[in-house]
Amino acid sequence: MASTDIATGTFERHGLSDEQLREIFRNMLLQRQLDNRGFQLNRQGKVPFALGSEGHEALQAGAAMAFNRGKDILAPYYRDLGLCLGIGLSPYEIMLSIFARAADHNGGRQFPNHYSSKNAGLMSFSSILAAHLPHAVGAAYAIKYRGEEGRAVLATCGDGTTSEGEWHESMNFAAVHKLPFVMLVENNEWAISTPLDKQMAQPEIWKRGAGYGMPGRRFNGFDPLVTYAAVKEAMDRARRGGGPALVEGTCYRYLAHSTDDNDMTYRTREEVLEQRRKDPVPAFEALLLEHAIMTAQDVAAMRKDVLRETNEATDAAEALPYPDSTELYTHVYEGAWQPWQS
Amino acid sequence: MAVERTESKAGSAFERHGLSDEQLVAMFRTMLMQRMLENRGFQLNRQGKIPFASASEGHEGVQAGAAMAFERGKDILAPYYRDLGLELGIGLTPYEVLLSLFARAADHSAGRQFPHHYASRRLGLHTISSVIAAQVPHAVGAAYALQYRRERGRAVLTTFGDGATSEGEWHESVNFAAVHKLPIVFLCENNEWAISTPLSKQMAQPDVYKRAVGYGLPGAVVDGMDAIACYAAAREALERARSGGGPTLVEAKCYRFLSHTTDDDDRTYRSREEVAERRKDDPVPRLERLLLEHSILTAQDVEALKRSILEEINDATDRAEAMAYPAAGDLYERVYVEGWQPWLE
Amino acid sequence: MAVVSSNSTVMNNVEAVRATLYEAMKNDDRTLVLGEDVGARGNVFLITKDFITEFGPERVIDTPIAEASIVGIAVGMAMEGLRPIAEIQFADFIYPSFNQIVGEAAKIRYRSNGEYTCPLVIRTPYGGGVRGALSHSVSVEALFYHVPGLKIVAPSFPADVKGLLNAAIDDPDPVLFLEHKKTYRLIKGEVPNGHYTIPLGKANVLKDGKQLSVVSYGLYVHWALEAALGLEQEGMSVEVIDLRSIRPMDKTTILRSVEKTRKLLIIHEDNKFGGIGAEISAMVAEEALFHLDAPIRRLCGPDVPAMGYALPLEEEFMSSPAEMAEAMREMVKF
Repeated sequence: MASTDIATGTFERHGLSDEQLREIFRNMLLQRQLDNRGFQLNRQGKVPFALGSEGHEALQAGAAMAFNRGKDILAPYYRDLGLCLGIGLSPYEIMLSIFARAADHNGGRQFPNHYSSKNAGLMSFSSILAAHLPHAVGAAYAIKYRGEEGRAVLATCGDGTTSEGEWHESMNFAAVHKLPFVMLVENNEWAISTPLDKQMAQPEIWKRGAGYGMPGRRFNGFDPLVTYAAVKEAMDRARRGGGPALVEGTCYRYLAHSTDDNDMTYRTREEVLEQRRKDPVPAFEALLLEHAIMTAQDVAAMRKDVLRETNEATDAAEALPYPDSTELYTHVYEGAWQPWQS
Repeated sequence: MAVERTESKAGSAFERHGLSDEQLVAMFRTMLMQRMLENRGFQLNRQGKIPFASASEGHEGVQAGAAMAFERGKDILAPYYRDLGLELGIGLTPYEVLLSLFARAADHSAGRQFPHHYASRRLGLHTISSVIAAQVPHAVGAAYALQYRRERGRAVLTTFGDGATSEGEWHESVNFAAVHKLPIVFLCENNEWAISTPLSKQMAQPDVYKRAVGYGLPGAVVDGMDAIACYAAAREALERARSGGGPTLVEAKCYRFLSHTTDDDDRTYRSREEVAERRKDDPVPRLERLLLEHSILTAQDVEALKRSILEEINDATDRAEAMAYPAAGDLYERVYVEGWQPWLE
Repeated sequence: MAVVSSNSTVMNNVEAVRATLYEAMKNDDRTLVLGEDVGARGNVFLITKDFITEFGPERVIDTPIAEASIVGIAVGMAMEGLRPIAEIQFADFIYPSFNQIVGEAAKIRYRSNGEYTCPLVIRTPYGGGVRGALSHSVSVEALFYHVPGLKIVAPSFPADVKGLLNAAIDDPDPVLFLEHKKTYRLIKGEVPNGHYTIPLGKANVLKDGKQLSVVSYGLYVHWALEAALGLEQEGMSVEVIDLRSIRPMDKTTILRSVEKTRKLLIIHEDNKFGGIGAEISAMVAEEALFHLDAPIRRLCGPDVPAMGYALPLEEEFMSSPAEMAEAMREMVKF
């Protein structure tokens, strides 16, 4: 796979049109803007919690482009804003989640960034790491069982989650049954405060693929185009009945784990700054400018538009009510239900 | 490490990996003892004297070999329930085995555990449950304790079947051991069957040792029907662990000749032909032929050995059977360190 | 942390856990802590802050994200002579380790007939009222209190945290040590200096009363006490008992109180059905039914999976001192 090389002025666009390239970039800008808004709202005391995915933008925008809306299923984790936007979630829906409004998909029950949308093929998940992966594998089994060719499940997780038993059990089952399942690991080198070398003895997660009997590959997750190509290749194979794959995108978590974390207690400013030099957002912007896919004016206009959309979504969501307190008791089971029956 | 075969060809030399004649005979004796003891378990079950028995036929080679590489009084063993030969090989007596089968008060667990769930602090033999792979994190914790206390020259050997490698706890444990370079050997006795589930439904590629690279530890594979090769593989891995070289995943390819237990009928899920075909590689006659061809034992020696083992088993059976069951009141003992009830008065 | 006298120090609950763990690590090199982010981060609530510098990474183990093995490896350490203190980052994350707690740790002694033991402490923050949503706010005590071989402690005051954590660490059997995360910084109190233990299974009468016995633990025992003190103004005399230990549980203190006040109200945050209050109710019904002048009452969390993130959902789930006071009033007047 040819990688993007800005310096030589050539780049492999992997069949993506100019319009698709701009869509990827817009997703990346929106992601960063929305993450930033969450942190602002937290500092203003308007929301109790926010969590950012800065550093994952290229990986998520690229992977989302390989997702077939209306067909594929996404089983993400909580640091997947860009993927969720990329498969069709709106900034307004994001803000409903951050503000925990009644109109939110899960009625304000879940933590921010724990989206679900049956309509978008976005599976509900908890904060428990790897707990969603057996579900993703089960969904892939259902697709295969019903003979629904052309559909696949894209599941994501961070590097830390690969240590969970449920990760292992899911990978193994998907391989045994040759399921239409793609495990995309967003390796950002940090699991809250735990660095990769305390997570595993060798740093390349893709190498575990062979042990399960599925293809494994690794790519630069700061590059949205190689990400797109790698995820598309794996998804296409899965959709054709070629079985699962383990794809690992390397990236970096620029921010603290969440608004409740202070990353300076466990890593140095220098390390973060060094990684910032690879920031995928300006890098991709430079590529688009270089190849005249966008002009500087286009970029400025797009940024303005993203900010406008974020502002509108913020205002619209904030104005909406919280769920009613009686909602605590709904959707426990189907219908009203109490443990004591009379 | 490539699959190594210790070939037995008349007149040719064989690689004995430094094992003396006495050690070779001791391994052979353990293998015979294992087979005959298990046979006794099945007999007792058919006679209605005990409710349950299980066997490890087909595992004799890997277990006798690995046990020979285990250093008694130093190493720790966290086995699984199909490890009779390993347990005999590290010092468990036939009498202790029969006490477990009969669930007598004098049994290590005082008749609490299922047969073949031995524990002996004296032998460094961990207590296990029947929950698959649950012993593997304990083994890793024990290895951490050895490393933490700088007890060089000691290592933990933990064993499991192929089915156990699908468990989350297996994965978490191997990963942790690799991260901390612990003195532990993960020995997979891959017998191709997890009760009725064949290896092909257990994993998509058939080689457990190939998972090692993903964890960053050495992986090795050995012919599990070859006791001497298994000794060599286990010794190399244990030596690495004892000398601070970290963990190893060793896979021994063997086969389960019998049903899972007396409660299982393997004819419901595999053919007689498959089993008969694999019987040709039976590790017990295989080592017997080798010992005969190289004049380490004579046919008369083998006969005498079998007689002495049978006598020992008969004696152990009679003694264990004559012992008492635990008293009913023992149900309430040793839940906690002392008499203790959830409501405190 | 302020020293108020030479005999005690004022601490909050985080500081009490930290100080106790610190002393245990200092005094016994068999002791080590393992869990997610306990090292450089010093635990997400800063409970093990700076431990890694003081005791080194071998004794302060940042584990991979793998809860089953955090407990399972600690079991093996305990079987081989170490005194591990395992941490589950949030009680909501304890479910993957259920097998190792219930199936293994609680049975090691029993199944080996005492040849092997499992002196292990599993610490975990639990409870809500902190906008923790579905996965950072649950109470897990009822899932585990059914399990023989396990002990469970849920202290509410800094002095009890210290004494009970010391007892848990000294205990030769596995102890699940539950810390209500809302009380971590909210609750301050004097903690005696020097080493001491409080025996597991001893409740504490926080306030004497004549007309009603209230049994609670965790965050709610603070609110129950606040409510009971307020009712003094209304001339009502309510006794408040802090259970402190959930398994074993203090029968004598509960019965003595109920036989005096003749009324019992049990308050806990965990949901009602099959909760701790059910066992207390059954015990009192079996042992002291004819001392009662009113039906036993339980004020508990609603029977829904967890509290939602949105404020009204959390507030609806959580009780309050006012709601507790109202229940107490009704009981006293019954």
